[in-house]
Amino acid sequence: MISKDIRSYFPILNQEVNGFPLVYLDSAATSQKPVQVIEALKKYYEFDNSNVHRGVHTLGNRATESYEGAREKVRNFISAKSTQEIIFMRGTTTAINTVAQSYGVANVQEGDEIVITYMEHHSNIIPWQQLAKEKGAILKYVDLEEDGTLSIEKVRATITERTKIVSIMYVSNVLGTMNPIKEITQIAHENGAIMVVDGAQAAPHLRVDVQDLDCDFFAFSGHKMCGPTGIGVLYGKKELLEQMEPVEFGGEMIDFVGLYESTWKELPWKFEGGTPIIAGAVGLAAAIDFLEEIGLDEIEKHEHKLAAYAMDRMSTINGLTIYGPQDPGKRAGIVTFNLDDVHPHDVATVLDMNGIAVRAGHHCAQPLMKWLQVTATARASFYLYNSEEDIDRLVAGLSTAKEYFNDVF
Amino acid sequence: MSFNNLDQLYRTVIMDHYKKPRNKGMLEDSVTIEMNNPTCGDRIHLTLQVTDGIVENAKFDGDGCSISMASASMMTVAVKGKPIDEALKLSTIFSDMMLGKELDDSIDLGDIEALSGVAKFPARIKCATLAWKAMEKGVVNESHS
Repeated sequence: MISKDIRSYFPILNQEVNGFPLVYLDSAATSQKPVQVIEALKKYYEFDNSNVHRGVHTLGNRATESYEGAREKVRNFISAKSTQEIIFMRGTTTAINTVAQSYGVANVQEGDEIVITYMEHHSNIIPWQQLAKEKGAILKYVDLEEDGTLSIEKVRATITERTKIVSIMYVSNVLGTMNPIKEITQIAHENGAIMVVDGAQAAPHLRVDVQDLDCDFFAFSGHKMCGPTGIGVLYGKKELLEQMEPVEFGGEMIDFVGLYESTWKELPWKFEGGTPIIAGAVGLAAAIDFLEEIGLDEIEKHEHKLAAYAMDRMSTINGLTIYGPQDPGKRAGIVTFNLDDVHPHDVATVLDMNGIAVRAGHHCAQPLMKWLQVTATARASFYLYNSEEDIDRLVAGLSTAKEYFNDVF
Repeated sequence: MSFNNLDQLYRTVIMDHYKKPRNKGMLEDSVTIEMNNPTCGDRIHLTLQVTDGIVENAKFDGDGCSISMASASMMTVAVKGKPIDEALKLSTIFSDMMLGKELDDSIDLGDIEALSGVAKFPARIKCATLAWKAMEKGVVNESHS
């Protein structure tokens, strides 16, 4: 069980917002950072800062060891076979764009298909739209079930032998749905397609095993899992990454440079052009240590419990609609909702005036909003530092919003 | 929980425009402007009839929060019957108001003044300015045509 003391590791949570103790329910947008991560960044800049892979000097060696040590931490965290399969990038968006612009450009031809779903985040839609336009390929969407889940039958019916790439999110940032990635990967492979997983909402919250999933690429961001912004990871199977061309060219990624021709370093560095995100990787490694110490299974259990409690409590509010699976066992710690007649921005402002941070808007998922037939929604998302008391505050805040908009006016 | 802070933002006249929007709908034979706020999804469809440099009529449709829709309603009321330059001047005054600048007392802003509280809610300023930006775009296009 996760103790409430966990909060004390997150200095930012210890403050008042608009006169109330802060309740932070926007971790799906970005998570807060524990002192362990903040200290690791501080220590890196105070003692070890230097460029990597080039210095003969001691600081250069320390920085290189920290950076490459972080890569090993990430490998272990997602159970990849080799550190050559772990590429540091700015975040999930850059990682997916790299797959589209490298693997996609080389392997997708006119008339080929790329399969995604209606629930995807814009970062797993637009790179494929662009690729499809560039190549004359066909972008296909798997329709959703009424409860916002994917049916394996529909996935099977959408993927064909013309499908080259299937790219699906592991956990929905709006519906909280946890998708059957392992089964979908198998269907993709049976049809000769590769499987790309947007793991942005999965890596922070549940144990990821890329070898067990057997996916070809897996992308995630550090800042949603207690790490700093600006660092993310692209995992790719070595045999695929080896065939792929880099997307960014310059320093750090080269082997020999001639006047008219150059060659690339081996994996993973050929995809890491320019001075890498060293401090970011150091912070991410500290975040992984922190999460591993608590245990991803414990974190997942804690979030399921909070989601179930939130859905139970929120359903007592008249006129409140919760989107996505109604069975809390089928969702991660994300509850997206609307309150009758009160626009989600107004809901979010009322909550903010009571010290409660939630997200309102389209959550970078406009096609999903269209599917839900709404223009915007409000979202409360939970992480390891949230408690049932936070949800009680949310429910009280929602009652205030309802009372204010329905009764005062 | 206190409503005091909320009352700075949600004044009665704002909620009145939100719940009973003026000039809702679409005009035929008009300048049409579609504008949205990509960060939050608010959307306005504004139609303006401009004749001889005067905004003869204005109607809007759209989706959005109370602030964006009330502001759109108030904007249409404010610019109707005004010459383009006066409509643009109002828009500048409105922008200043959103920045929390001191305003010239001699100008009667009518209902629009109720939105002055939005300046204290930085996240909501874009909601309030959406309709005004759409209007600016519409009349500027018209005055150049």
